[in-house]
Amino acid sequence: MTLSLFDQFLSPVVCWIPLVAIAIMLPWILFPSPTTRWVNNRNLTSQNWFLGQSTSQIFSPINPGGHKWAILLSSLLIFLTTMNTAGLLPYTFTPTSQLSINMGFAGALWMGIVILGMRTQPTHSLGHLLPEGAPALLTPVLVIIETISLFIRPIALGVRLTANLTAGHLLIQLTSTATLALLTIMPITAIFTGVLLFLLALLEAAVALIQAYVFILLLSLYLQENV
Amino acid sequence: MADKAGSLAFVEKNLGNVMLKELPRWLAGRNLTPTGLVRGGYDWYYNKYINVKKGGIGGISMFLFGYVVISYVWSFDHIKHDRWRKYH
Repeated sequence: MTLSLFDQFLSPVVCWIPLVAIAIMLPWILFPSPTTRWVNNRNLTSQNWFLGQSTSQIFSPINPGGHKWAILLSSLLIFLTTMNTAGLLPYTFTPTSQLSINMGFAGALWMGIVILGMRTQPTHSLGHLLPEGAPALLTPVLVIIETISLFIRPIALGVRLTANLTAGHLLIQLTSTATLALLTIMPITAIFTGVLLFLLALLEAAVALIQAYVFILLLSLYLQENV
Repeated sequence: MADKAGSLAFVEKNLGNVMLKELPRWLAGRNLTPTGLVRGGYDWYYNKYINVKKGGIGGISMFLFGYVVISYVWSFDHIKHDRWRKYH
């Protein structure tokens, strides 16, 4: 069996259970449901505080009608953040590095938002195809360009998340392979590569959080236009 | 009293506190389906390490370490080919 650099993106199966199933269940296990107690345990309190802060910040510019989406987008935020950061642990599988999962989220949510906008306020939604303050002569071209950009949004959303995580994981694998290989041949260079690996790991941790946040933020922006 | 067979306190006793002759009755009262076992395990871990007054990172760290170990076990069949490879 030939092993390539992309083998870390395969999901191994043991007893007919793929690792991706366990990886997807991880956010569900790590975030227990809030209880009816007045004072919960520390984990629950800190999780709820953090989630409340981020949800209120994301949803403050959206009309009250769009606040119905708060549960969906905040749970998606938890889901993506947990899967991204858990994928940084050794030997784990990152479901969000697969295009299938990301396109599933992006396509379905984008389409729901656009259809909602077209049904409830069609004039306002279509009005977004022509940006304000644009010269009148450019209207035909701009409408075409904006339509194309509208339809490219789900692809961009999904591919952005996939590409960021896949590229990050690949870079870490390559750099760590280089560090190990150089350790016996050129130790000084191996130290530099090791520093690079450390910085890369920090960057990957940041990217994991930021990319999940950007995904939700863009969806909330699209919701803001359409609700 | 916890010893009264048929009461909830009897069934909720730890296995260490159950007398041998009471064992079948105790087993019958417990939920031994796969779902029940998983839920029981989750509740045990949650109440012991997470749902405590001064829970720290220990509870989550142990769980994540277990997750890493499980991932290693799952990928072992694939990465065992890397053991004696000359060029990775």
